[in-house]
Amino acid sequence: MDTALQIRNLRKSFGGLPAISDVSLEVAPGERRLIIGPNGAGKTTLFNLVTGDLPRDAGNIVLFGKDVTHLAAHHRVHRGLARTYQIITLFAKDTLEHNIALSLLGLSKLRWSAFRSFDEGLYGEARAVLARVGLEHLAKKGIAEVAYGDKRRVEIAMALAQKPRVLLLDEPLAGLSREERATVKRLIAGIPREVTVVMIEHDMDTALDLAERITVLHYGRVIVEGTRAEVVADPKTREIYLGH
Amino acid sequence: MKLAALALMLVAFPFIAGEFYVNLASQIFIFAIFAASINLLLGYGGLATLGHASYLGVAAYTSALLGLKLGLGHWIAAPAALLCATLMACMFGLIALRATGLGFLMLTLALSQVLWGTAYRWVALTDGDNGLRGLSRPFHLDDAASFYYFALAVTAASLWLMARFVGSPFGAALRGTRDQPRRMSALGHNVWLIRWITFVYAGFWGAVSGLLFVYYHKYIHPISLSLTNSAEGLLAVIAGGSGTLGGPVVGAAIVMLLKNYVSTYVERWNTLLGLVFVLIVVFMPEGVVPGARRIFSRWTRRFRSAT
Amino acid sequence: MIACGRRSIVLWAYSCAGGHLPSLQFWVIQTLNSLALGALLFLLAAGFSLIFGLMRIANLTHGALFMLGAYLGVSILKVVPNLWIAALLGGLAVAAFGGLLERFILRKLAGNILGQVLVTLGFAYIIADLCLVLWGGDPIPIPTPQFLQQPLRVAGFAFPAYRVAVVVLSALVGIALHLLMERTRLGAMIRAGVDDMQMARAVGIPISKLFTLVFCLGAGLAGAGGVIGGPIMSAYPGLDADMLPLALIVVILGGVGSLAGAFAGSFITGFVYTFGVALFPQLAYVILFLPMIFVIAFRPRGLFGKVAA
Repeated sequence: MDTALQIRNLRKSFGGLPAISDVSLEVAPGERRLIIGPNGAGKTTLFNLVTGDLPRDAGNIVLFGKDVTHLAAHHRVHRGLARTYQIITLFAKDTLEHNIALSLLGLSKLRWSAFRSFDEGLYGEARAVLARVGLEHLAKKGIAEVAYGDKRRVEIAMALAQKPRVLLLDEPLAGLSREERATVKRLIAGIPREVTVVMIEHDMDTALDLAERITVLHYGRVIVEGTRAEVVADPKTREIYLGH
Repeated sequence: MKLAALALMLVAFPFIAGEFYVNLASQIFIFAIFAASINLLLGYGGLATLGHASYLGVAAYTSALLGLKLGLGHWIAAPAALLCATLMACMFGLIALRATGLGFLMLTLALSQVLWGTAYRWVALTDGDNGLRGLSRPFHLDDAASFYYFALAVTAASLWLMARFVGSPFGAALRGTRDQPRRMSALGHNVWLIRWITFVYAGFWGAVSGLLFVYYHKYIHPISLSLTNSAEGLLAVIAGGSGTLGGPVVGAAIVMLLKNYVSTYVERWNTLLGLVFVLIVVFMPEGVVPGARRIFSRWTRRFRSAT
Repeated sequence: MIACGRRSIVLWAYSCAGGHLPSLQFWVIQTLNSLALGALLFLLAAGFSLIFGLMRIANLTHGALFMLGAYLGVSILKVVPNLWIAALLGGLAVAAFGGLLERFILRKLAGNILGQVLVTLGFAYIIADLCLVLWGGDPIPIPTPQFLQQPLRVAGFAFPAYRVAVVVLSALVGIALHLLMERTRLGAMIRAGVDDMQMARAVGIPISKLFTLVFCLGAGLAGAGGVIGGPIMSAYPGLDADMLPLALIVVILGGVGSLAGAFAGSFITGFVYTFGVALFPQLAYVILFLPMIFVIAFRPRGLFGKVAA
């Protein structure tokens, strides 16, 4: 396939308010795409439309050549889509390894097994995933007891556990301290090329390092799109962010 | 160890207790299955239902009608009754799960009330307010002790199967949908299907309790399909605590004992039931057993600090 | 005793037609009966829908409040022989009771959805039992007002005048509620709360007072409805259990938080139930079932629903 993720003329309004107005974009396989824009530009709404958390009003979403617009959210995950959330939505009452196990279950036939025990095998796999993000030592701790930065890493680990083809990261660096940001940056930079990464981020310096192409959203429209250098040089970008 | 001791006590019970208590214990077993099945939805699925008596009632009435009007033996009537009630759960689940939370609750209530109203009015089928009597128990289990062992066996099997269910990967996914449904969807789980399957499974066990119910009483009346019956089941879950499988069993015992003993002293059971609902919700929202433990430990701490 | 009272609902469908095969007179009378039932259901369901839409409380006490109103009406009429005044006073009394319930118990359980449902259920039992103690187990009819006892003769048909009056009254109440919701500040606040609670709070709407007021309004409507329904249905134990499922079906059909929905749902339910009972009395409830499933299958929000239930 030529494109990993293709969005065609996507539209979404809330009541009378247009949140996304005619957005189209294409992400190549293996690409690292960054989506930026001021608050309220519609970035998270765009993600929600792509994952199916929100129904769209018009337009198409195409994943590796297959139109997934009419598929339910969980079906899109089975086609290779994964995401993290801006607000941490982990299972707070459970351990880290249980959280990852639920993620592994999501794509496994085991999830329909209603008689045999939830055995150690799944937890072993979960611990392996946690090891890849450097959190294996916390596997048996409850999510509530773990630092915020570690929770962010668990979020990303949950998504990576499913070996996605397209990974949507919604502000993965939000609320992190400097060291935590460096750790998560390294984690994202280390994601293998088989995974296409689309990221929303506010922290410009950190994000610009990770991005190959950038899409700038404003009031639900694509204003600028191109390589890092192109976007930074474009006067429209400066206008959006600096107001002149 | 504790389980073995409990098992021993339960098996020995009819030898030490009189017939009244043995019968009471049978009723507790029946109610325990009913409450535990409600908890599959409430405690593990996060779905509160006020219509569970429907499945108890449909299974009971089907068994009764097949026996009374078609003269079918229990070998046929029992599976037919279970099938009928489970199919009803399939259908009701499709309707009720069009919503979640309060909407789901109201739909289960409305559906259940439709069945209840029909049981009273469809006199040609159910004999309405008279109920159906003259029913029989399977295997001629007509004395208290043999029925007790039958009920004990069925209850033990039911609880064991329900335990396997909640301890399985499906059960873990179910709990996930209770805690973070959107997240579960984003992980690839079909949240609606998980809930629907659980709804049907819970309905099935409700039906099992319905069969035991009609066997025990040898009589069925529309009141068994009422909101009151569903609410008492819910009360049992809340009283015992919805966090575990054993909680509803304890709660069932509490509610049954309350009904049996208090109603001999207190004339107005309905008022008491209402008051119990209000008091438990206001003072012990996490359940009577955890709530009592919390209040008890606060008192002992105060006592210890005073001395 | 309970069956006798329950038969009141069943029998009223036959009350003028005398249980004969469908004639034109039959259809006309049943239509009027449907309208009358729909009118009563509107009084009941409008309050339920508002309370649910604004406060997210499924008020299971609502059927009992209707019954309480009916019984209070019986007693008030012994002192004040005017039915309309009795309805007003009964409504006010039930409204006051509702206000106390909301202010001292339901408010403490804000956010505890299941808790609120169970508490309202608990109070339904307490009220029902209280009525049994205070007024006994036999159904008590409420006399029709004198000047409405003669049937209206229009175009060769005889219409029970009281039922016509009930329909007219309910329509007036509907109009009043509509004006309240659309033309007054209070109505604007209620609509804002139903649409977006957080925004309403942020804008400074006094939510707590609004809740109590709306609960009183809903309870009052139910109570007054009970009195007004008295000449048609009587006051009997089990009236609450008969009315609650109808209110639920109306709100599920019509959608939550919408007056238009309560209106449409009430009359649809009134028609389906009345004709169902008249034509297939034993299956009336099953017939009620069908429109509800139909609407849920295609529009889970109900016909006019603003809020996802």
